[in-house]
Amino acid sequence: MTVNPVPAPASDDPDVLLRVENLVKYFPVTSRRLFQEKMYVHAVDGVSLEVRRGETFGIVGETGSGKSTLARCVARLYDITSGRVVFDGHDISRISQRRMRPLRREIQMIFQDPIGSLNPRRRVGSIIGDPFAIHGIAAGSERKRRVQELMERVGLNPEHYNRFPAEFSGGQRQRIGVARALAFRPKLIICDEPVSALDVSIQAQVINLLADLQAEFGLTYIFIAHDLSVVRHVSNTVGVMYLGQLTEIAPAEELFTRPRHPYTGALLSAVPIPDPEASDEREQIILVGDVPSPITPPSGCRFHPRCPKAVPVCVSEQPPLEPRFGDGPGHTAACHRPMELGENLADFRPSIDEAERIIESGAMLLDGAFPGATGGAGSLSAPREGDRT
Amino acid sequence: MSMVPEVGTTDTVAVAATTVTEVPVGRKIEGRSPWRLAYERLRADRAAKIAFGTIILIVLLAVFAPLFASAVGHGPNQQFIDIGENANGGPVPPSGTFWFGTDSNGRDLFIRVLYGAQISLVVGVLATGISVALGVLFGLTAGYLGGIVDSIIARMIDVMLSIPFLLLAISIAYISHPSEWLVILIVGVLSFTYLARIVRGQVISLKAKEYVEAARALGAGPWRIMFIDLLPNVMAQVIVYASLLIPLAIVSEASLSFLSVGVPPPTADWGAMIADSSSYFQYGYWWYLFFPALALLITTLAFNIFGDSVRDAFDPRGGGLFV
Repeated sequence: MTVNPVPAPASDDPDVLLRVENLVKYFPVTSRRLFQEKMYVHAVDGVSLEVRRGETFGIVGETGSGKSTLARCVARLYDITSGRVVFDGHDISRISQRRMRPLRREIQMIFQDPIGSLNPRRRVGSIIGDPFAIHGIAAGSERKRRVQELMERVGLNPEHYNRFPAEFSGGQRQRIGVARALAFRPKLIICDEPVSALDVSIQAQVINLLADLQAEFGLTYIFIAHDLSVVRHVSNTVGVMYLGQLTEIAPAEELFTRPRHPYTGALLSAVPIPDPEASDEREQIILVGDVPSPITPPSGCRFHPRCPKAVPVCVSEQPPLEPRFGDGPGHTAACHRPMELGENLADFRPSIDEAERIIESGAMLLDGAFPGATGGAGSLSAPREGDRT
Repeated sequence: MSMVPEVGTTDTVAVAATTVTEVPVGRKIEGRSPWRLAYERLRADRAAKIAFGTIILIVLLAVFAPLFASAVGHGPNQQFIDIGENANGGPVPPSGTFWFGTDSNGRDLFIRVLYGAQISLVVGVLATGISVALGVLFGLTAGYLGGIVDSIIARMIDVMLSIPFLLLAISIAYISHPSEWLVILIVGVLSFTYLARIVRGQVISLKAKEYVEAARALGAGPWRIMFIDLLPNVMAQVIVYASLLIPLAIVSEASLSFLSVGVPPPTADWGAMIADSSSYFQYGYWWYLFFPALALLITTLAFNIFGDSVRDAFDPRGGGLFV
């Protein structure tokens, strides 16, 4: 396990198990009107990331930020609009479902809903035996033996082979999902919010189980969650998603102690602290407004309508995902005005009104004709300067 | 299936901290399937038991019709011109010899009603079988594959639904040589449309479930997902609808025979008997109409009540499917 993610590797690094390049997934919005312009939900809009062998790559983000879509694109449950997904040296972004089949043994998924992800009309033994049945491996008593081994490995009673999913508790059902994903000892397991539907006490059990399995079989995880403390606990590297894009990628500890993107900062300030005094001292950053529609995402930096530090350049130009303030290459943030250590976001006056005004004249802005976007930056600047170097 | 006893029964599996229920060694652990639960609810339903008993009785009577015929000594198509017809050549009323009286040809009505049950049941079950097979196949493919396949099947069903059933059935039967098998085929093929629609709707809502995604993530192809993952989940609706389709098929067959495009004479058939008797009814030959009609009524009623109970058993919350 690489606990300390090292500098971003070269593109052919054999240590990289999964490389996602500029992944885009649009869903068409079905419209009944005939001559209306076709519209798309920009679910994932240009995501690039690298997952190294044996590590856990955490992805956090709000509901609707595109985390699950990203996961399903990587698992090729969805077809990809554009971009590349390279798994273990194979470019799987365009291959057919038929040719994807052998690779499915190596990429597995664990799903969020422990009820919905298990077929209610089938017995647990046949659900966990599905991978063997589908790939024609181990039939009859041999299959049963392997299924029972798996059940035992994930902490289920192998005698419960003949039960139905409804007869298990939430945590046990998630273990069934883990056993099914584990059947072929895959290289990559994508965990799509595996614990968010579980009780807190059960969450710990399932997370520990996943950690044990990772140590035992050298698994690589992509771990999606909206619970930051869970992600911090399990991940080596964390990516923060907002409106279909990655806003920041960093080693887990670094992200939580030295966030660069104001969105990450706002997310972290929302994590409850189990100490009332410290909690009172801390100032929470309440973000204004709602997440904009992914059908018509904001221009430039997608976070600008809600960002307290937004300036005109955030509206006109999309910031690249790159190291800021001399961070290592493993810590990148997509922000024109990144946060410094100890900086308090609450001190900034949200320039949301100005930003909104800019959006309203968006057409002009896109043409570069908006006067404030280029020359008049001074009149719109946030009250505090000096955080840009 | 016997369990392997060496695994984790005595010493509880130590992985993580699950609370594994201790089970006495050797006792087989088997979950109660949703089918079993439905069956148990069905068993507790008194109307279902009476209806089912009636159906069994009808089946037995139909199966052993030849036995009755030989016991009484009257064949189904045997004419008793001497004792089976009155002075005017009309049917004779029920008596010790002819329990249900005779028909206009001097044949024993009781035996013919029994033989008629054979036709009704065979047509009812086989036509429903055809209809279920087609309905499930088209419903699953249309619902799961979607897109152009769905459009083609949906339009085909729309067209079939827009043609009046009887009119089409009569035309087909009229231009072809009428036979029992043709009736089964017509009734079966023309009644799969509703079932296909029900299955399609169910599948469309089910295919968004995570377990379908899980199956795809494991590499399952569309056929496996349709028949192994989705079919068991629509089977309840299929069975419920099929149990209500049987009486419908029986009535359809009787209707076709009534219109003399069904099972050709001299085969004993309830619909044909009712048709023949209708011109005699006004002259006081009530039994000729009464017994075949009663047989048809009891049979369809029993199937309908039983079908209703099946629906209740599968959907204990009530309502749902047809409300």
